[in-house]
Amino acid sequence: MTAPGSPTPTAAAIAAEVRAGARSARATVDAHLGAIDAAEATIHAFNLVLADSARAAADAIDARVAAGEDPGPLAGVPIALKDNLCTRGVPTTCSSRILEGWRPPYDATVVTRLATAGAVVIGKTNLDEFAMGSSTENSAFGPTRNPRDPERVPGGSSGGSAAAVAAGFAPLALGSDTGGSIRQPAALCGVVGVKPTYGLVSRYGLVAFASSLDQIGPFAGTVGDAALLLEVIAGHDPLDSTSIDQPVPSYTEAVGAGVDGLRVGIVSELMGEGIAPDVRARVEAAAEALAAAGAEVGEASVPAATFGLSAYYLIAPAEASSNLARYDGVRYGLRVDGATTSEMMEASRSAGFGAEVKRRIMLGTYALSAGYYDAFYGKALKVRTLIIADFAAAYERFDVLLSPTTPTTAFRFGEKADDPLAMYLSDVCTIPTNLAGQPAMSVPFGSGADGMPVGVQILAPTLGEVPMLRAAGVLEEAAK
Amino acid sequence: MSDAPPPVALTRDEVAHVAALAKLAVTPEELDTYTGQLAAILDHAADIAGLDLDGVAPTAHPLPLVNVLRADEVRATLDRDEVLAAAPATEDHRFRVPAILGEEP
Repeated sequence: MTAPGSPTPTAAAIAAEVRAGARSARATVDAHLGAIDAAEATIHAFNLVLADSARAAADAIDARVAAGEDPGPLAGVPIALKDNLCTRGVPTTCSSRILEGWRPPYDATVVTRLATAGAVVIGKTNLDEFAMGSSTENSAFGPTRNPRDPERVPGGSSGGSAAAVAAGFAPLALGSDTGGSIRQPAALCGVVGVKPTYGLVSRYGLVAFASSLDQIGPFAGTVGDAALLLEVIAGHDPLDSTSIDQPVPSYTEAVGAGVDGLRVGIVSELMGEGIAPDVRARVEAAAEALAAAGAEVGEASVPAATFGLSAYYLIAPAEASSNLARYDGVRYGLRVDGATTSEMMEASRSAGFGAEVKRRIMLGTYALSAGYYDAFYGKALKVRTLIIADFAAAYERFDVLLSPTTPTTAFRFGEKADDPLAMYLSDVCTIPTNLAGQPAMSVPFGSGADGMPVGVQILAPTLGEVPMLRAAGVLEEAAK
Repeated sequence: MSDAPPPVALTRDEVAHVAALAKLAVTPEELDTYTGQLAAILDHAADIAGLDLDGVAPTAHPLPLVNVLRADEVRATLDRDEVLAAAPATEDHRFRVPAILGEEP
């Protein structure tokens, strides 16, 4: 099955046919470039479409198949990359003026793995500047539009990647998720989005936002395709010191394994105030679908999750204020001249960063500053301990947890753009997972009262991707 | 939940100080906007600032990693010319910056 509204076959089907010599990778890439040509002017999913290099890579795949070689599990599959993933010699902007025109001198590990697996990079996708935002309205290069309704945001920060899959520009995309930046746009655009366990996927070459939270993960039109992509990018990488050194199980096998006997808990703290009734109803329907498929469904409690938003908006900006100190006009990126180095740095940063990035740098600098460190940052780190403990208690009773991915369906442009706190609240269901370093994913499960897609979030304990994908596979079938 | 009062409200001067520490120039109008927005965010965070968490250990990182080491062997590094080509200004294979001496610390 393809994503609703998507003209493209699944990644699994493309790869199987290309490997068997029954499909041309070049024709596949051309078809997707055609889809981009037809609708990109409206959607603006991409900062850069790599038509020439994608065609050349596809021709090389076809030549290898003709020579009797196997190009790999993603042979000839077009993929879109969030523009905070480094691609050697290819502009990588983070949708920021401060990195405009920068060409990284190396590839991210995920980019290397995709090439080894035979995937074809078709473009770099738009995002909220430095992945800070929930709507792509913070991009320096203009927002991405939701393919389901161009008057609405695609979510963010990986809005371009979500929109690229939803629009049929590519069957697969990669994003990054620090507080929900894969799952929230996946939910709002009606596609599958996975935030893997912290450390499962190498972050070498992912431009850092908040290093104790950032994780790369897949977007796809189907759960099976998301699992296939996760299998390719997961696994230990010596270039990332936070990478987990353990064997990777088969994720694609998990998708069809069913949920017989799986214990599923609905997170009561994420079903109450602030969650739209139509969204809540879809989560309840999802729980019923899992129960009908043999799961044991009950009510779970993660009390400290209610403090997740506050902890996150101290921890993530604190880490960002440190990570973004590197943009100083010295080694790469924008420089605005000044009489002294200090003046040059201030002029460069002031001209290069947008309002939300400045806001978070200042918030983080404040939370870390003398006199406030204990009251804010220190408290947030302790709340993180409470959240981890509460999840651990919940996972003694349940194998996976269930919640909405987002409090509402996709909102309209400008609705929250002038109120940072209102925008932050759209991440309330996704943030606790990042603080705990655990996996979670969003699966499309019907529509809200406005006809826009609703995403159901499946959460799992550390390295619990297999039970998470089992539940996701069942929900996908039930949603048909 | 705790006797500890939440921190006092954020002031415009504090925002100006923080902006200077972060090497960001802000106009008086921006200062007003940021002060209001940051105060609203910190006000929301007051729910945890007021918690009594004595005896709870902080978590700075979700993985129990300590001293991750690599093998001590020679490997290729980034190409110097390729790295320097990305810099705004270079001289003699080094990054060139404006005057740094004579500045206030």
